[in-house]
Amino acid sequence: MSSTQVETGNPKVTTDLREIAQDIVRRAMAGGATAAECVVREGDEFSTLVRLGQVETLKESGSKSIGVRVFFGQRAASTYSSDFSRAGLDRMVQSALTLAKITSEDPFGGIPAAEQLGQLSGNLDLYHEDVYSLPGPDRIDYARRAEKAALDFDPRIKNSEGGSFDAATGHKVLANSHGFVGEYRRSYCSVAAVPIAQTETGAMQRDYWYSVARTLSKLDAPEKVGKIAAERTLRRLGARKAKTAQVPIIFDPMVSTSILEHIFEGVNGDSVYRGASFLAGKLGQKIAGDNVTIIDDGTIVGGFGTSPFDGEGVPTRRTVVIENGVLKSYLLNTYTAKKLKLQTTGNAARGLAGTPGIGPGNYFLQPGTKTAKEVISGVKEGLYVTEFLGQGVNLVTGDYSRGASGMWISGGEFAYPVEEITVAGNLKELFFNISEIANDLEFRGSVAAPTIRVDGLTVGGE
Amino acid sequence: MNNLDKHPSDRQRFFFEHYGLTEHDLERYLSAALSAGGDYADLYFEYLSSTSLMVDESMVKSASQGISAGCGVRVVSGERTGYAYTDDLSSERILHAARTAALIASAPAKATVAGFQKAAARSLYPVTLPSVDAEISAKVELVMRADKAARAYDVRIQEVRASYGDELRNILVVGSDGTFAEDSQPLARMNVSCIAKTEGNSARGSSGGGGRVALDFFFGEKTPEYFAKESARQAILQLDAREAPAGEMEVVLGPGWPGVLLHEAVGHGLEADFNRKKTSAFAGLVGKRVASEKCTVVDNGTMPWRRGSLNVDDEGEPTQETVLIENGILKGYLSDKLSSRLMGISDTGNGRRESYEHIPMPRMTNTYMLAGQDDPGDIIRSVKRGIYAVNFGGGQVDITNGKFVFSASEAYMIEDGQITAPIKGATLIGNGPDVLTRVSMVGNDLKLDEGVGTCGKDGQAVPVGVGIPTLKIDRLTVGGTARKDPGGFMQ
Repeated sequence: MSSTQVETGNPKVTTDLREIAQDIVRRAMAGGATAAECVVREGDEFSTLVRLGQVETLKESGSKSIGVRVFFGQRAASTYSSDFSRAGLDRMVQSALTLAKITSEDPFGGIPAAEQLGQLSGNLDLYHEDVYSLPGPDRIDYARRAEKAALDFDPRIKNSEGGSFDAATGHKVLANSHGFVGEYRRSYCSVAAVPIAQTETGAMQRDYWYSVARTLSKLDAPEKVGKIAAERTLRRLGARKAKTAQVPIIFDPMVSTSILEHIFEGVNGDSVYRGASFLAGKLGQKIAGDNVTIIDDGTIVGGFGTSPFDGEGVPTRRTVVIENGVLKSYLLNTYTAKKLKLQTTGNAARGLAGTPGIGPGNYFLQPGTKTAKEVISGVKEGLYVTEFLGQGVNLVTGDYSRGASGMWISGGEFAYPVEEITVAGNLKELFFNISEIANDLEFRGSVAAPTIRVDGLTVGGE
Repeated sequence: MNNLDKHPSDRQRFFFEHYGLTEHDLERYLSAALSAGGDYADLYFEYLSSTSLMVDESMVKSASQGISAGCGVRVVSGERTGYAYTDDLSSERILHAARTAALIASAPAKATVAGFQKAAARSLYPVTLPSVDAEISAKVELVMRADKAARAYDVRIQEVRASYGDELRNILVVGSDGTFAEDSQPLARMNVSCIAKTEGNSARGSSGGGGRVALDFFFGEKTPEYFAKESARQAILQLDAREAPAGEMEVVLGPGWPGVLLHEAVGHGLEADFNRKKTSAFAGLVGKRVASEKCTVVDNGTMPWRRGSLNVDDEGEPTQETVLIENGILKGYLSDKLSSRLMGISDTGNGRRESYEHIPMPRMTNTYMLAGQDDPGDIIRSVKRGIYAVNFGGGQVDITNGKFVFSASEAYMIEDGQITAPIKGATLIGNGPDVLTRVSMVGNDLKLDEGVGTCGKDGQAVPVGVGIPTLKIDRLTVGGTARKDPGGFMQ
């Protein structure tokens, strides 16, 4: 855990972008704005795709963009640009000032209060230059090795959508008219394989696997990624439909995160204040079983969802969202907190334009004690879901109906692959029916969950 | 085709005027792109300006405008593609991008391009004043009117969000094969979403539309009130929806937006890149039966004013109408330049990209099924027990095994030939290569969607259109929650 000590106006290395952001805020204020906020983003990306051993694409580039949000009292507007020329920046500020005159007075509008601003200190371990340290041929080799490991794994792996290696770095600066200025860099690299397996009759299946990290040193070996991708693909061969039934369903960690995402949308302050969430008005109430504890923590050192401050310059923090089934907190930005008469949880997510939304930090379901294998072996007849297709989730009502594929479980073991089926129920009931939570929590992004078992859902098939 | 040097006045010249670009510059950049060999290089210049507005709780809560500009350089060598882009349109940065993309090839420099050939002029969206340049006050009026109309529809409508967004995309595409195309592509869209509430119950509705149209479209053809009422109607209707059934049954799709079925079930599987790589469930099926003989499916990028239409695709190739399935027989694929060259098929003008940061690939434009002979009322009457789905949220497909899903947002039970109760959102799931073989009736009421579709592929979003007449599918799996299903079993 990092220190959560708060510093405002932290005097770090001054960069050009920092000066530009502060200058834009000054110009907006000089133009009559009562508050202003500027974000600058700069990024580089590299990606390569190798297919059937041959390089298919190589992409390498960088880009830079800037956005400003201005307030005239309680009227707000925002503009953005990729043009950093003097004239381009002037035009951006002027447009924002003009545009703010047509919006409505919103009593809840505004940037955070000065005392709410700040940032985590200390090294959050988000940036490693080594993601770019590989020479070009070695990057290609990473992609090639991942694909080769998949192709070599089994003769039924006959085709491929390729192996890939990607690296990216991002630099973000935020400044506002309370004098806040902060910046951070983040790096990212990943290696992936997407093999295709074929049966003797010609039916094809595709699956994938990947490893992602902030530093090359933590990236899995391409061979491991390729092998897992091959295994995941092969087990889908010969998939059939299942009978329509109500059976226990095990969610693979790759899809159990989707349940967390639905809860996230349900506790997102934006849907809560407008009553568009089935969890609105449920604070302090039991909304899930005793075994369910969900945490959002933007402060975890090296985490994929970590940042020193949120999209409005509020320090990130650890928030217990659900504790033993009781809804403890919504996830909020400044605006939605004001609407709900609560405090921001430091979850503002700001793009270049528009008003800030709400995004997760490192958001996860607390693991249980059983292994995934033990959870599976407890199911006599059921479905193990490895993939969902389509949206099919209504957060207003909690109605849930998704396309799925996976493995049929019989006698506690995988019996055969299944596909072209649906899984349906209602989220309100689903959260109470998470009967098992395994111990295999692993962050592969900012949202993570272990293997879970859910009862009471309907499988739609033949 | 005109030779540029003889007809300089034909050019739209956006990038020449705004960035001082000259034809000599373009040749120089392309030469740099081919400096390490390569079979083909192209430059995609883009200048995108956009506006968006949102009314929420009857207040204009957000308004934003923005500009994004850049140039992407692509170099193709055999099956290999090198790509680099810059958001700085100075010669120095474009040359740097060109040299970076060039590294995909490793051969002696290619001869430079000799003379550009301008694509034949076409004008599918001749707006005099692009909406992005129209008065902002008129756009504010649109969203405020939508809010008012939705709230006036029924007292149970308690949350309304109305948004308006438009953009104008100026592009210039030049290629080492002499390709030279400029286009100015307007796009506008309105959306209204509502939540209806009663004690202990709530439901949502959503409606929207637009196209490559000017602002007056929303003051004449499709007004804010039109979208607002439709959105409110759906929300109120859903308040009384009952649980959807689960299992295989007859499904009737209403005309218009349910055409998303075609987009997912067959459209993506017919994009040439997947078939060149033999990763599509449709690979090798040209000339074979993939649908009932009542089905003829086309992709048509040339429909005036449509959201999915383009004068030229993002590789500078004129769009066209392409027959994908004719009377049930698979006729061909949707192609871009790369797949057309590697597969030896014609370029159908379907090379599209999200922006200058992206590599083009085969994408759909407006994809629809031609009208058939059946009366829509007869289609409903022919169903013993099934569902009638008229609105959808969205869909997804796994092109390799062909499985697709799409989620109904407005659907009804059909019982003994009669439309009965509305049902809650249900997912429909099927198999692309055979779902259309089960189409037993095709209505005479072809309709295209209102202009809201956005398609995602490999992380790239592009606007598209879809459409169908009323269709009857004899068997499709419906993913509902209703518990009394004769075929089911419980544990």
